[in-house]
Amino acid sequence: MEVKTLSPGKPDAGSLLPDARVRRRHVLDLDDFTAEEVEYVLNTAARMKEILRRPIPRVAALRGRTVVNCFYEESTRTRISFELAAKALGADVVNMSAAGSSVAKGESLVDTVLTLQALGADFVIIRHPQSGAPYLVARHLRASVINAGDGWHAHPTQALLDLFTLKEHFGRVAGLKVVIVGDILHSRVARSNVWGLTKLGAEVVLCGPPTLLPRTLISAELWPPVTVEYDLDRALEGAHVVMPLRLQRERQQAGLLPSLREYIRLYQVNADRLRRAHPDAVVMHPGPMNEGVEISSDVAHGVRSLVEKQVTNGVAVRMALLYLLSGAVVEG
Amino acid sequence: MGNYVIRGGRVIDPAAGLDRPLDLVIEGGRLRALAEPGTVAPPDGFKVIDAAGLVVAPGFIDLHVHLREPGHEHKETIATGTGAAARGGFTTVCAMPNTDPPIDTPERVAFVYERAREAGVVRVLPIACVSRGQAGRELADLVELAAAGAFGFSDDGRPVHDSRLMRRALEYGLLTGRPVIDHCEEPALAEGASVNEGPVAGRLGLRGMPAAAEEIPVARNIALAELTGGWVHLAHLSTRGSVELVRAAKGRGVRVTAEVCPHHLTLTDRWLLGAEGNACPPVGAIPIPETLGPYDTRTKVNPPLRTWSDCLALIEAVRDGTIDVIATDHAPHHWLDKACEYGQAAFGISGLETAFGLLMSLVHAGLLDLPTLIARLTAGPGRILEQAGFQVPYTFRPGEPVDLVVLDPDATWEVRPEEFVSLGKNTPLEGVTLRGRVILTIFSGEVVFDGRQA
Repeated sequence: MEVKTLSPGKPDAGSLLPDARVRRRHVLDLDDFTAEEVEYVLNTAARMKEILRRPIPRVAALRGRTVVNCFYEESTRTRISFELAAKALGADVVNMSAAGSSVAKGESLVDTVLTLQALGADFVIIRHPQSGAPYLVARHLRASVINAGDGWHAHPTQALLDLFTLKEHFGRVAGLKVVIVGDILHSRVARSNVWGLTKLGAEVVLCGPPTLLPRTLISAELWPPVTVEYDLDRALEGAHVVMPLRLQRERQQAGLLPSLREYIRLYQVNADRLRRAHPDAVVMHPGPMNEGVEISSDVAHGVRSLVEKQVTNGVAVRMALLYLLSGAVVEG
Repeated sequence: MGNYVIRGGRVIDPAAGLDRPLDLVIEGGRLRALAEPGTVAPPDGFKVIDAAGLVVAPGFIDLHVHLREPGHEHKETIATGTGAAARGGFTTVCAMPNTDPPIDTPERVAFVYERAREAGVVRVLPIACVSRGQAGRELADLVELAAAGAFGFSDDGRPVHDSRLMRRALEYGLLTGRPVIDHCEEPALAEGASVNEGPVAGRLGLRGMPAAAEEIPVARNIALAELTGGWVHLAHLSTRGSVELVRAAKGRGVRVTAEVCPHHLTLTDRWLLGAEGNACPPVGAIPIPETLGPYDTRTKVNPPLRTWSDCLALIEAVRDGTIDVIATDHAPHHWLDKACEYGQAAFGISGLETAFGLLMSLVHAGLLDLPTLIARLTAGPGRILEQAGFQVPYTFRPGEPVDLVVLDPDATWEVRPEEFVSLGKNTPLEGVTLRGRVILTIFSGEVVFDGRQA
């Protein structure tokens, strides 16, 4: 039985491009994507967005295929977004959440995904609190795996929808200065965005208190080119994009921050601070927002906010991935 | 008892200062003669072992293994663990007491000896707990444990967190003449962590334990050894800073000895990236195998794989004697303990059967010479046992029982865990071709492993 080997090696990356020698089977992170492949996904997402604008936003591309949402962590927007994406393509969707399932009865992750496979899943969308869990799943599964967020590690569909939203707004990603602010240490959104943004030629600045952005975190040899800046006002100089991250209250309880008040004073993205950014600067947020903490309410809902567009675009990007992973090719 | 003539080999016996071709004559399991090559005709009935082109050394001694018996026989037993030792060239292994129940009474020490007598392939010396039940609260009966034959005292797997308990252990331990062996880890800095803190952990989003989590208790243990005059043996050191602390302490005459594991000398945390990590050198003394994926739980070990800078500092410490001993920290696990998420997987590498081949990568890279490597596997641990009152052969002495190993420094072989004698197949080296093989192991004058047909 295949699970008895501990080591069937790495899931072959391959590519989604039409001329790929090896077809990509999984989307686990963006670190193994080329810039060209990212662009291809974004272009496909633009086609998908057209479908979503139709009166009946539905095609039959994935009819007869089964998508299983396998969520080991609470999620509203990502799970629903995947569900809508799969349904728009005509797939059947099954939702599995950890609470109340066999997981709660102590079944291992490997056993659970083998069960899903035996039940006929073609796509497994996994969210998991442990970094790397989707790699374990991908090693044991014939189905395609899409990482919907693993621990602190990666959230590739979020990064892709962010790239899509930026391209839609600015017409390009290259040359944009993007400042990601806050809890970098624990953020899968930050990590995947660092890969995606730098691949497309953006300048990325990471900003946050040293306890949430420790000096041991990053090195030039092992990371894409990023700049670390602890002072938010300096980081924001001339920025085109500001991306505050959700601050979990537990961080303060764990002693990583002296107080929320001090965090707000130093790192909240608000109208006053944004004056230092580029005149055309926009604000993005992966959600859910703590308004009044990492972002002020007026900015969250202001003219510079792309937050709602991000959510809408998430469905198109996820449709694109499901479509391309199914083996389909988009011309032109 | 065996009668053998081992002919034509290069004899490396660091304790005796020997490194030249010699023939060994073993009669009734004891060394009868070390003779110039070709000067002794094999007496009738003696088996001749041709060691031309090979190295003959005293049997290896491993001060740190987990044999898992009693209580975890699905991971390893004394029979399989000592079989793995023989296959790895080890003729003496010291068994850590974190079994179930833990070895914290004289009766349990006696149990390990008894099982080793019944089922053991090579010599087993039990290590007993420092604290009762390894709970870290009150001292175990160190004197009675020593009298029962415990080589030293350790709560390995769990650090001795309470500095007062460590102080008492070192002080009271003076009555036994045996070392207190500490797994150096500051819990507050290592809690929940599974990897080295650094940019690899940063990339992978895994909680890291910083080098400081090891170096703080190393410094504390040295200070307490200095205060009490007690003997502290530092298990499996893994960082540059630890080595510098030990070097300085030894310079001041503190009673501290130290060990390092083969994997900490040769592999780095970049192995966690899987084969892709080869794009970010240096990854260690050998390249990451193509079949290794990211987050492979077989790279998970405590202390964690560190950086090449740490490896280089540890290698230098092996060369200059700051580190006395290379020990495997053989930690066999059942596959289920590793077939899970990285953060949930058990720590440990099954190391006895790959130790020599892996260490030879350092010799072939010109980072370490073969006699020094053999010294840290024989005379180094042998003298520590001697200081603790155990006479275990670590050098060839005429008239005494022979423990020896025949090595081929150049033979290449592929690591296939399914061929391990150990029940623990957990190694990140699966599929790696190593250069350097154990050919034959003799324990107390008898062949306990013969790999000549392989």
